[in-house]
Amino acid sequence: MDLDFEVVDLPPADHVEDGDEAPGFTRPLVNAEFWEDVALSDLLADAPVLLVFTPMDGAFPSTYIWNELRDRGMDEYGVQVVGVSISTPYEHMTTIEERGIESFTGLFSDPQNDVAEAYGVSHSLDGMAGVSEPRPSVFLLAPDGTVEYAWVADEWPAFPDYDAVEDAVIGL
Amino acid sequence: MSAREATPRPRHSDAHVTLYRLQACPFCERIARKLEELDIDYHSRFVEPMHGDRNAVKRVVGARTVPAIIDDETGVAMAESGNIADYLDATYGGGD
Repeated sequence: MDLDFEVVDLPPADHVEDGDEAPGFTRPLVNAEFWEDVALSDLLADAPVLLVFTPMDGAFPSTYIWNELRDRGMDEYGVQVVGVSISTPYEHMTTIEERGIESFTGLFSDPQNDVAEAYGVSHSLDGMAGVSEPRPSVFLLAPDGTVEYAWVADEWPAFPDYDAVEDAVIGL
Repeated sequence: MSAREATPRPRHSDAHVTLYRLQACPFCERIARKLEELDIDYHSRFVEPMHGDRNAVKRVVGARTVPAIIDDETGVAMAESGNIADYLDATYGGGD
């Protein structure tokens, strides 16, 4: 899209990068039917994880990101596709149904935004007092917890290079 | 319908009881308190307020009502808070 102005840059982020060990956490993980506390390590014990941080559910970047990952069938490569946002479990259930992402592993609910803080991808929202959320970002985690691929938005908004994400998932 | 139909608990959980519950449901809070009283380690699984959306519970106990529990030590899966409280007392109450 050609715009006659510059898209807003996000400040540099001191975020988790390729080769780092992914910070562990436990949060309610929401699927199409229920939610329960799940540790990242619980998931990694089963298969690699594609950890996708998004703005709050309902924001258009979140909608676009989930639509694209769904349309590419990103879970069909043997990776667990897992979201994180500040939205509640109730909102996540609606998002899973509306976006048709029941086959993805689930969406973590992190209203305090601590997980985004730990990954260095927190974004304090202009015009919404007291609200921080993740900036769009994607981390591919090997079963031993090593970050194999990392992408973090540097503009607001910015979207993942989906082909690069897909290549990383296929290459794992 | 049976306990075997349930999704396994996450590996980090040492619990042997899964409690299907609805946030702020007084019958569910009663069972959570009973489990704490009896010092039973339990894992919570929250379902939706909309009754028709609770198929995860129906697969396990045959009804969509909460609370419901699965006890892996005994293989029991049951619903209805009065029944659950009686069962927990009888099984783990130490006879007093």
